[in-house]
Amino acid sequence: MLMLILSVAFVLFVLLNVLPLFKGLGRWIDARLPVFSFLVEHLSHYPAPKNLNLWYVFGALAIVACAIQFVSGIWLVMYYTPTAEKAFSSVQLIMRDVPYGWLVRYVHSTGVSCWFIVIYFHIFRGLMYGSYKAPRELLWISGVTLLFLMMAEAYTGYVLPWGQMSFWASKVIISLLSSIPVVGNDLVVWLQGDYEVSGVTLHRFFAFHVVGFSFLILLMILLHIIMLHTVGSNNPDGVDIMKHKDRKGWPLDAVPYYPYFVLKYIPIILVYLFVFFAIVFYAPTFYGLFLEAENFEPANPLVTPAHIKPAWYLSPYYAILRSIPDKSLGALAMLLSIVLWMFLPWLDLSPVRSMRYRGWMSRCALATVVSAFILLGYLGLQTATGWYLLLSRVATFLYFSFFVLFPLITYYDRDLQVPERIPGV
Amino acid sequence: MSSSDPNDIEEVDQVKRAFLQKTSVFLGAVGAAGIAVPLVSYLSPNKSTQEAGKPIKVDISSMQFGEQKTVLWRSKPVWIIRRSEAMLASLNMTTGWLKDPDSSVGQQPDYAQNQTRSVRPDILVLLGICTHLGCSPTYRPEPKSVDDSWEGGFYCSCHGSKFDLAGRVFKNMPAPINLEVPPYHFQDGNTLVIGE
Repeated sequence: MLMLILSVAFVLFVLLNVLPLFKGLGRWIDARLPVFSFLVEHLSHYPAPKNLNLWYVFGALAIVACAIQFVSGIWLVMYYTPTAEKAFSSVQLIMRDVPYGWLVRYVHSTGVSCWFIVIYFHIFRGLMYGSYKAPRELLWISGVTLLFLMMAEAYTGYVLPWGQMSFWASKVIISLLSSIPVVGNDLVVWLQGDYEVSGVTLHRFFAFHVVGFSFLILLMILLHIIMLHTVGSNNPDGVDIMKHKDRKGWPLDAVPYYPYFVLKYIPIILVYLFVFFAIVFYAPTFYGLFLEAENFEPANPLVTPAHIKPAWYLSPYYAILRSIPDKSLGALAMLLSIVLWMFLPWLDLSPVRSMRYRGWMSRCALATVVSAFILLGYLGLQTATGWYLLLSRVATFLYFSFFVLFPLITYYDRDLQVPERIPGV
Repeated sequence: MSSSDPNDIEEVDQVKRAFLQKTSVFLGAVGAAGIAVPLVSYLSPNKSTQEAGKPIKVDISSMQFGEQKTVLWRSKPVWIIRRSEAMLASLNMTTGWLKDPDSSVGQQPDYAQNQTRSVRPDILVLLGICTHLGCSPTYRPEPKSVDDSWEGGFYCSCHGSKFDLAGRVFKNMPAPINLEVPPYHFQDGNTLVIGE
């Protein structure tokens, strides 16, 4: 161990003293392939509003979470076998026989939950500060698309260990499509590639999980960042910083991303990793929320577990599905509960972006929809009976009423005057 | 805030800055090494692979003179050949053509570093993998079967390397060194244990 540390120190010492010699080489490459100037433009010289607060770290954390999933995912694929016969036991092989296999798997399974936590905070930040409003409508839509893709990625990944929950969750979700009129049942068979969810289905889910959706997620993240850097970051005051620039064209209320935000975010990322690995090492199943006990039993097409519950990050949508006493309408409501967010930029009629300058009605609307979402998330993990069912119907009603009432509320709400410049920080 | 560029600030403590930069990079590298340990270890043979790579037992009681038996050990072909007196005599004939007739390079356990490259003179145990690029040579025991001066041995069809009946490589062949003898011992007269 000491030898390792010493050799790392030595290599670094050499690198730090030799690196300046490569500046010429860097310029030579950059004239032909502008990678370095691209990085400088987007990671260093990007003008970030000077009042960005802690809420803005979640975008950076989402990138970190995504990277963790990619690395651990590639490593898992080295031992995972996507067949009905071997899937479950290959996961056990990773957990028991492969050196540090348990660590890599727990990083991957904890990683998805933490990624969703980060993404939900990231979305809340956008709602709170009106980041979806013009000129960021497409940026917002690409974000909702990313949420969709993440859910598809999480769902296909959830099926892979081929435990009881994997099997029955895949069955329930695929069966949703049978509610589509006329073609529904044929579509289900076509998607499954079999008359029932089987090893054939597992194998194609594997293909979508490791190549299809993950590739689309990368592409969409790239577009998301390109759009962000084209229109510029919003900020907690919702002030348009592009209105006032100095003679060189630099926004007066902006500071360069490096060093101001890069150096601020690095310690926060370290704190994130600290919490993340605390969960990985001490509570990888997170009391049944991140990994369910039922899924430590191999898939059995003959026996449904007594209580089917979705992964926590999908449970709000699942609660909406269950609360509606009609198959087709339930599936439709579940779909709309996400699709409707894409229209938010046009449902919001307020001239003001940030909640800091909005009236009490808008604030209440946001608080209500977020509370309903959290409540639905809780209810989706409980049984669909009695009070739970009644509550989830109330929450579903509140959730959808947001989309109906928000245009009215934002039209009539009494907003404050937004300052021209970012107020003194 | 009048200036947006950190480099415009007049008094920068360059010593402090360099110290912070170097310590940050150093700690970052220690962290990267910490991440590398599990990711690199993950790639090495896992417990079930190690289990599958344990020594194997082979019953050699029914082997005739000149017979070749090929078994798999650690997914590699291992040859067991029972050599006759005539075959052992051929090992004297080939000496002059060999690159390493005394097996001075450690391609065998110490107990097999002799002319027959074996524990028991008649039983030859060899890893059937050419030391050139990993093909499996063919056992050609009959004299003159490969060319006129052939005394019997192993011929690699991939790139033409020749070995004698002790797996010793001829001079000026693509293969750089003798075939490898795996570790082995005899549990009793009829049972061979390959792998330890």
